[in-house]
Order: sequence, then C-alpha cells, then structure tokens
Amino acid sequence: MTSQADSDPAPDEGLPEAVHRALGMTDGEYERVVAILGRAPNYLELAMYAVMWSEHCSYKSSRAHLGRLPSEGPQVLLGPGEGAGVIEAAPGIGVALRVESHNHPSAIEPYQGAATGVGGIIRDVLSVGARPIALGDGLCFGPLENARQRFLMSGVVSGISGYGNAVGVPTVMGDLVFDDCYSGNPLVNVACVGIVRVDEMVLGRASGAGNLAVLLGASTGRDGIGGVSVLASAGLGDGFSDESLAKRPSVQIGDPFAEKGLIEACLELTRRKLIVGMQDLGGAGLVCATSETAARAGMGMDVDVSAVRCREAGMEAFEIMTSESQERMLVISTPDRLQSVLSVCERHEVPATVVGVVTPPDDDGVGWLRIRSGFDGPVLGELPAKSLSEDAPCYYRPLSPAPGLGMSTAAGHGEPAAGHGEHSTTDPDSVPPPLSCEADLLALLRDPSWVYRQYDHQLFLNTVEPPGGDAALCKLASPEIPWPSSVTGDSSGEGPRSGEPRQMGMAFSMDANPGACSIDPRQGTAALVAESTLNVAVAGARPAALVNCLNFGNPEHPEVMWQLSEAIDGMAEACRALDVPVVGGNVSLYNENAGQDILPTPVVVVLGLVQRLSFPPPGVCLAEGGAVLLIGSLQASLGGSRWAVERAHARGGRLPKLDLAVHARLVELVSGLVGEEVAHGVGDVLGIHDVSAGGIGLCLAEMSLRSGIGLRVASITSHAELFSEPPSCVVACIAPEALERVVASCDAHGLETRVLGSAGGSRFIVEGLVDTTVDKLGRAWRGFLPDALALVAS
Amino acid sequence: MSSPHIAVTVFPGSNCEFDVAWALERLGARVELVWHHEHTLDGFDAIVLPGGFAHGDYLRPGAIAQFSPIMEAVRAAADRGIPVVGICNGFQILTEAKLLPGALQKNAGLEFICDTVELEVSSRHSPLTAESSPGQVISLPINHFEGNFTCSPATLRELVDEDRVIMRYRENPNGSVDSIAGISNRRGNVVGLMPHPERACDTLTGSTDGRSLLESLLRSASSVRS
Repeated sequence: MTSQADSDPAPDEGLPEAVHRALGMTDGEYERVVAILGRAPNYLELAMYAVMWSEHCSYKSSRAHLGRLPSEGPQVLLGPGEGAGVIEAAPGIGVALRVESHNHPSAIEPYQGAATGVGGIIRDVLSVGARPIALGDGLCFGPLENARQRFLMSGVVSGISGYGNAVGVPTVMGDLVFDDCYSGNPLVNVACVGIVRVDEMVLGRASGAGNLAVLLGASTGRDGIGGVSVLASAGLGDGFSDESLAKRPSVQIGDPFAEKGLIEACLELTRRKLIVGMQDLGGAGLVCATSETAARAGMGMDVDVSAVRCREAGMEAFEIMTSESQERMLVISTPDRLQSVLSVCERHEVPATVVGVVTPPDDDGVGWLRIRSGFDGPVLGELPAKSLSEDAPCYYRPLSPAPGLGMSTAAGHGEPAAGHGEHSTTDPDSVPPPLSCEADLLALLRDPSWVYRQYDHQLFLNTVEPPGGDAALCKLASPEIPWPSSVTGDSSGEGPRSGEPRQMGMAFSMDANPGACSIDPRQGTAALVAESTLNVAVAGARPAALVNCLNFGNPEHPEVMWQLSEAIDGMAEACRALDVPVVGGNVSLYNENAGQDILPTPVVVVLGLVQRLSFPPPGVCLAEGGAVLLIGSLQASLGGSRWAVERAHARGGRLPKLDLAVHARLVELVSGLVGEEVAHGVGDVLGIHDVSAGGIGLCLAEMSLRSGIGLRVASITSHAELFSEPPSCVVACIAPEALERVVASCDAHGLETRVLGSAGGSRFIVEGLVDTTVDKLGRAWRGFLPDALALVAS
Repeated sequence: MSSPHIAVTVFPGSNCEFDVAWALERLGARVELVWHHEHTLDGFDAIVLPGGFAHGDYLRPGAIAQFSPIMEAVRAAADRGIPVVGICNGFQILTEAKLLPGALQKNAGLEFICDTVELEVSSRHSPLTAESSPGQVISLPINHFEGNFTCSPATLRELVDEDRVIMRYRENPNGSVDSIAGISNRRGNVVGLMPHPERACDTLTGSTDGRSLLESLLRSASSVRS
C-alpha cells in the first residue's frame, strides 16, 4: 500500500498551450481542470480529462435534460447509470437491457465499427453479471442508389453478423431506415438483452480498501485512442473526406473469440461470487473503468500502468490509460480470492493481471486516482477519481425551436430542410393523389430478411418469433436458467398454481421514426414509444421497460438542442402514460455531415413480458376465411409518413393525432388477447399486425405476404387513409365465429372497430385503390434489398 | 437400462454446447460438457462436437481445434466404434481432423446463412439416421458461413457408392457438391452434418424434426454400451 504523502506529479515543462484543443477540450474546460487540481495538469492527466469529459462519456450537453425521463417502477432493480438497466422479470430473475450507438466508427470503417459496437454492448450487459442472450440492431443509411451507402450497409451487416454470430449471442431484432439525411452519417445502434439471477448481480464498484483491480481479456494496444473524443464527439467533416478517413486509427478492431472467453470467465466469477465489482472497458478505456468504479464506491485507486499487458512496446502511460482496445473487463477482487479469480481466468484461457489497488479516501473524503509506474514507483498522474465523472461540465446549451420541416422556414435558423436532398417542406396532404396506389404500395414494400438471414437468431433455443415480425419473442431462459425450471410458482397471483413450472417469455421491439420526429420531435417521439409498446403487445407481452438511444445532430446548434429536449419530453409523456420506466439510455450527438444535421432520430427498445408462453403467437399473417378487423381509427394526415417522404417528396404537414389514454387501452387489449393465445394455444386472433411505417396499406400487404394469403377489403376511402401512419391502430384477422366477441371486447375497452373485409384467395384487393396479386407483391417485397444491393443480376 | 451418458466437447469459442445438452437431456440422456484440454473420453456412450467457432475459426474452421488435446480422445473413441457426431462447426472439426473426408468451404453466396431448410434423408448409415427412412423429408435449421461441402470426385464416388451421404439439401443453399448436408465414415459411427438437429426439438421454436435424429443417436449410444 502506498502512502498519501506522494508528492504532486510535476507538470510537464513546456506543455504547448493548445494541447487541450487537440484533445477535443475547450479553453473553459481546461480552466476547470486547473481549478480542480489547483495546478496545471500534465499531459497524462489532461488526456484523461479529455476522454472522460467528452460528449460521449460525460453527456455534458444532454445531462441537464435526461433527468426528466421517468426511470422508476416496482420492477426496476437498476436504472440508468450502471452498465445496463435491470428489471426483475420474475421472482429472483432479472432481465438486463442496454442500447448504444456506434455511428461514427461505422461511418469510417463499417465492418469493424459495427462489430465493435456489438462487442461493446455485450460487455455492458455482462458488466452487471448478466448472460447476454439477445442482440438487436437499428440501422439508418442513405438511399441505396448511392454506391457508398451500399458499401456501408453491406459492411455494417457483415460486421454484426461476423461478430455477433461468432461471439455466440443471437441477433433477434432490428430496424432498418433509409433517408437522405444519413448519407453522410449512418446510424448503427446496437442493443443487448441479458438474464441474471438477482442474487448474482454485480455493480461497477471498487469497494474495500486493499482490494485488487484485475484487468481481464485482450492486451492493450494503440487502437481506439481518443475514440470517444475526436471521433464520437465531433462532426464527421465534409463527406468521407481525407480528414474523416484519417480518423480510421481511432476505430477499434474486434475479436469475438476473445469476447466469448471473457463472457464465460466473467459469468463463472459472478456465479461463484468471487468478485465484489465489475465494469466493462469501452469508451475511454482504463481511465473510465478505474475512475468510475472507485468513484461509485467513494474510494481511490492506484493504477500501475507497467502491469498492463500491452500489445506493443513503448506505449506511453496516456496511451495505456485511454486506449479503447476491445474485449477487456475490470473486476474487483478481495486479496484472498485473487488466486481463485486468476485460476478461473486461466481455465477459460483469458489473460488476467492485477493492475490496481483500491485505496481509502483521504482525510477530506477525496478518493484519489493515481497512475503509477510500478505500485511503489513514481506517480505519473494524480487526480480525484470523482472529478472525472461528477465534475464534468454540464452545459445548458441554448435551445431554439426549429421551425419544423413542415412549417414555414421564415423564422429563426434559416432553412432546416436545406440539404435533405430535393425534399421540400410541402404538406403531403396538399399533394395530388398518386396515379396508382398499387405502384406506390409496391414501391414501399421491403423484406428485411436479407439482413437477418445473415444473423444467427436461433442460438440458445429461445427464439419463438424470429426477426421480421412486429417484435421478437423469446423464452425467458438462458443456459444457466433453463426451461422448464426457469420459473416455478408465482408471486403475482395472476399466473398458474404455485410450484407448477411455467415458461415465461419476453418480447423486444427496436424502433425509429425520423420522419415523424422531424415534423414534431415531441409528438413524434411519443408516437414512437407508443408504436414500440404496441409491437410487444402484438407478441402477447405487456411492456415492462424501455431503453433509448438519442441520435441527434450538433448540440451547438440551438435547434438540435430543442429537438433533443422536445424528444425527451415526448418520451417522458408517453412512458408515464403507458407506465414504462426508462432504465437506460445513450445519447449520440454530432451526427452531422458537412454542417448538415441528421433528422432527430431517437431509437427505442421496449421490453415486454409474457407471463405464460406455451404456444407461438399468431404473428403477422392472414388465415383463409378470417375476418379482417381494424381496431383503432384511421386518419388521413400523411405528415411524416413513408409515403410522404419517399413517394411525394413532401416532408411537411401534420402528424396524425395521438391520444395516449386510448393507446394505453389498446396495448392492454392486444396484449390480453394475444397473451391468452400464447398461454393456452387457443384464441380468437389468427393473425395480427400494427399499423406503422407505410400505413394500413403496408400493414395489410405484409400480413398477406407472410402468410401467402390474399384479401379483399373495403372502406379505406383514399390514398391518404391507405398510407397515413396513425398511431394506435392494429389489424387483426379473426375467426368469423369469434368476431362478435372480439368486437365486444374492443367496445369494452372504448376502442373503435371496423370490419374491413375478409382474407382468402390469391388476390390482394383494397376496393377502389389496389387490385393485384400476392405473387406480384411478393416479388417486389423480396426483391427490394437484393436488387438494391445489386446482389441479383437483373 | 440407465440413460446414455453423452459427452459434449467444449472448445474455446464453441457456442452450441448448452443447446445440445438441453436437447439431449430432455430426451433422457445424462450429458457432460467436456473441456478441450481433457485427454480422455472413456466411459461415455457417445460424443457430440457442437457448433460454434472453436478457436475463433481462425485460420480455417476446425484448423486449430484439430490439435486440441481432446481430439486424441475423440479419435480413440471413434476407433472403438463409439458414436461421434459433429454438428456444424463440429463437422468442420471432424473433416480437419481427417475423421471424415472432404472439407467445408465458404458458402457459394459468400454470406452467412441462418435459416430453416428442407432436407432429404439419404442413408441410414449413421447413428443419427439409423431410424429414419431414406427419402424422408425433414426440416432443420442451418447456421453457417462455411457449409459448402466439397471433396474430390473419387471421394464423392466413394461416399455415394458406400451409402455414406446421410442427408442432402432439397434446395442447395450453400453450393455443396451433390447437395450434401451430412456424411458418415466407412464404419458408420462417425457422422458430420451442417444442419442443427438440436435447434429442431421444440414446437415453440419451430420444427421438431431434430428430435427423432437425436433419439436415434441415444439408442445407438445405448446399444454400443450393452
């Protein structure tokens, strides 16, 4: 143990004045560091503050707003701020959930950018002691007519496939959006779900003076240095310029094989209760893991950089501390268990080294993070551990309402629509109807199976509803907590008899809707949350928790800050109304290219729970002879719809109305109807799908396509009703004899219904608007991605 | 008769071991996961090499795994006539270890494929298919990047003439020669296949056609012992 008497490290002589700027820090932030330390920092210390105070790590522009999100609920075990949010899904069994962006790395090096995004999110979930059991990915690209976009999309999908499959975590959900605004800055959001026994949960805390910090996994190299600051927290410059591509060395390289070993080793450590704390190494590397674990426990830590296994000789202390080399975890062990920890790692062939010692706080209660060369060697840098996280700047950046793409561009910040291709701020409701609704419907069809066919979505034998439907549905089980013993008994009183084995399920939906969010970020985000909760209800689940990734432009633009603030308010309103706690999130700013911000793109992942899962849900399909029933009411506002953006090139207009009280009743009705079916295998619903992107036109078409059965419906009166995207609408295919019962049930929930027609045959007919065949729809649907990516010779 | 005792080998990077164990245990087997550093597999009635990415699939799938200590024990068990089944990555390892002929190269489309496909059982010459009827059509998940079976024309002739092609794809997904999805050795106790029978054992997740294959394996395992 070292004494408190070590002298202050001497500041480097002749530190050039502008070094902090090269590290991505402002002059004001530099002054703040000087004030904290009471002296000028040396280069190592400055580099540590630079990465920890980056936008990516400190949330300095968004923190002031995030507190408005509701994060509490009776099931919440861990809310925002830890590696992952955790809810208690069943007595003693937690589900961990987290989503994060890897946008800029993927823009520069799509394969490794996406691959390391997957690796990073897995370690987040692992860090609370959970076994990662499902992955999701939300992807936004520019139109595929552009060769660069095809390169990006193929690379990103290969990266997710290459890493996720090899690391042994199935990819079960995703979302895919194309829009001009992502041409210079694609979005790659990755989500992970894990399962943990509540008594085996661990936190990122370095408690207990004298305890040891052990670094597990890959060696530390020069890859990813400054990833969080120079790459993730700055705009991408002009296109894919030399300047952007010169940042390629800031992208890390993934090794799924190393990560797989790390998963198994860490899970054995938590299962055998050999460690007192654990944290992943991601953004800001060792600086983040050592300072955060120490700060959370109110302790300090001595870190010996010479003990860190390096990939190459001659690495400087600042490189070792800020490297973002992948596949590393930090665990905190008591000295007497160290040998057991090391032997577990050895068995799993995971290198492990003691790199730190937890130190008590000083007399003033300050825990010091000391970087040394040798535990008794010279102190290379010394700073209060808490100052890296808690003293980070928090900016109340100016907000200014963006005029909204649909409204006049006269006020404020000029022309928000500029740069989004040739799109206008025209109100789509004022555009003449299409010459052929059928042609427009065909153009909107998009089968995403080209993407998820490349992902292992079956591993662990839990996937009941694979990707491609409204929500993925999995058994609530993992290798350590298998079916049928996963849940016995029931404390809620609504389940089966006590002691009877019962398979529970969990549904996930990952969604984005930049079209709606750009017209009205508040209502658009509320509608997005609403859609995602409805998606899990369609799988028979009740929404239980939400995590979000807020992808926005440059926070120094007041209208971007306004969009962010509005989106947070919209999310908060919807989550309160629908009773869904926000258990974690990530904010990705500076998504811009050549000064042009992306459309506001909040991405949400909603987790829903199924109390008894014994049969697959009806899914997105039709059944011969079934009645086609609309629950909810259509609207004719096309604002923010895919039809408006892609077919009419009109980005203005109004969003369809959203009534969250009605929506809550719809979610309850649908999760109840489908929940009965997955529990007992009999029910009135033969197929069900929510109305979302593409409107009821696309909804009906997808139900036809996924079952190969046609339909004839009437009483959709115009192209506006066909393509409008009203929230709170589902289409269900109901056995004719059950129709009266289902309609009565809807009435009892205060929900409107309309029988549109019936299913059957091979023709797809929306009277007065579309008359085609399921075959013809199928060719357009299946062909879209392979053709657009030029995978099939035309 | 006590339940058969099955070893499921685990290499660093394997990932289907839990699934195989789960499926076999539900059919009544006692399953033990055996780490690749072990030197013996004595006392087991059958051995399964599960899917995954042993040693990260670095160099080539199975290229490093063939040198893991456990492989000597697998070879010895195969020589004793114990049923040895390689599923997906396990099949790749068995070919690299020369316990089965041929090789598995990248899929013709140069993409990973995760899907459920139809297969035709073409031989009963294996512990997995001993109870199936030739011509029987089954549906099993596949999940691989390197599942494109290839071998010399002479080997192919041998495999066909000796009735050692145990199943074929009905619609070739990956470019395999003669649509081959699985083969056995001459003695008929070592078998490799790219599809995953353990992923087809539960109505809740899809096909249950894998169950009869694994049941057949368990009965073969029991008969070896008796």
